[in-house]
Amino acid sequence: MYGMFAEAGFECPALLEPGRKLIFDNEAAGVRYFWVKPSDVAIYVERGAADIGVAGKDILLEYRPEVYELLDLDIGKCRMAVAAPEGFRDHPERTLRVATKFSRIARDYYTSMGRDIDIIHLNGSIEIAPILGLSDVIVDIVETGTTLKENHLEVIETIVPISARLIANKSGFKFKTEAIERLTAALERGAKQA
Amino acid sequence: MLIEDQVMDAQEKIGFRLRSLYSGYGYSRYKMSKFEEYDLYSRNKDFLFSDSVITFTDTNGRLMALKPDVTLSIVKNGKDTPGKVRKLYYHENVYRVTGASDGFREQTQVGLECTGALDGSIISEVLKLAAESLKTCAEDFVLEISHLGILEAFVDAVATDPRVKKQILECAGEKNLHGISRICREIGLAEGAEAPLRQLLTLYGPPRTVMPKIRQLASENGVGDFAGELGQALTVFTGSENENKIRIDFSATGDLKYYNGIAFKGFISGIPGSVLSGGQYDALMRKMGRKDRAIGFAVFLDMLERLTEEEWGHVEYRASQRKAGRKSVWHVCRSRV
Repeated sequence: MYGMFAEAGFECPALLEPGRKLIFDNEAAGVRYFWVKPSDVAIYVERGAADIGVAGKDILLEYRPEVYELLDLDIGKCRMAVAAPEGFRDHPERTLRVATKFSRIARDYYTSMGRDIDIIHLNGSIEIAPILGLSDVIVDIVETGTTLKENHLEVIETIVPISARLIANKSGFKFKTEAIERLTAALERGAKQA
Repeated sequence: MLIEDQVMDAQEKIGFRLRSLYSGYGYSRYKMSKFEEYDLYSRNKDFLFSDSVITFTDTNGRLMALKPDVTLSIVKNGKDTPGKVRKLYYHENVYRVTGASDGFREQTQVGLECTGALDGSIISEVLKLAAESLKTCAEDFVLEISHLGILEAFVDAVATDPRVKKQILECAGEKNLHGISRICREIGLAEGAEAPLRQLLTLYGPPRTVMPKIRQLASENGVGDFAGELGQALTVFTGSENENKIRIDFSATGDLKYYNGIAFKGFISGIPGSVLSGGQYDALMRKMGRKDRAIGFAVFLDMLERLTEEEWGHVEYRASQRKAGRKSVWHVCRSRV
């Protein structure tokens, strides 16, 4: 990811040095990078601590931050999916128990189908919820499907494709339009060439 | 009674300055109750910032709400004024859940609402006052303006299903062009069918450079009249000191069930979200049985709490220059009791 930004003229060699620093400056290029948890990127951008950020579409759909989504970077591709134990048979007459980290995405998906569900919000190891009888299905990110297979689960529905997106603070965009548009155009060219 | 300048914080000073600004343009103060019947909000939930409203049962058994919005009350409590224009301003607290915050917050808003026989000159005046309001808060601001009639026509050209239209409008508000293309593919449109809409959303910038392109694109797509309306409204800034602060930007959207025509948002450098939001809401008036047209905006004073000293210093300096040697005090009248 950093390579795409560097190619676009926003280099910051300090970022590649080993260490535990979280903030990296390149005053000459007028850029500062910082590492934050993927789920926090949108918050930093929405609140204006960062002008731009790279966040997964899963985070944007779950938290609905007030940001501009300028570009699909076409990297980090995966999908948000419903998975269930192999051979699972749905019983529409029952409330479906859904374990997930992505409560909003799961609720929106099943609401659009008119299905009554019971959301069980978990923060990790979602795959074991159906095995232990905690839930009927899970809603989670699926990349290769290996973890699902190893836990005898399978995808039964794809909700939405996921990839990394370039996001920008709405106010920051107004006052740094040229720089942000220049970066967006350069990243778009880079994404097309990749 | 004299109140020393320094006893007021930036929000309070701005609040009084805005009231003075609106009053100077002939707007009258609208004072409202803190409570309103909940039914008003439950029938217009989409108009509110969030679905959540603080409710309580009044002594007579009616379900009441602490007001989460001012405009709905003004529309509900007003009467049509055929051939006339009613100009009101307010300075009120509202109670709502905002953004990703977990609870309710009390927020202070100053704003104005103009209802009645609106013409182009009134719409221009409101836009001018929106820009002046931002200037009252800070030197470095941007007022972005769009026309929902133009945007809706371009959206209608690719989607008629209300659910899909809503998704496309959300993408427009996020400048999410790839999202629009994805939706168009999902509903089976041919590659490139959304090109005019994408083109419209990339036309961003000052009216002087962008408006000619909007006129041409709108005319090619059968909405030249709307482009004319937008252009006419923007002439109020031509040659003015605020001209370089104005941007045309069709990502300034609104719910089309309530809003129509001119829509706008204001931003101040260093403050992460929009500090001002407004537009025409004739559609809301119709929904509530009113025949008048309407336009208004609100300034969210709590967003200004963290105005930098540097920004605020410029405004204070300008204000002190205007006073031209007058002692820096606030004059507040209090009626005799």
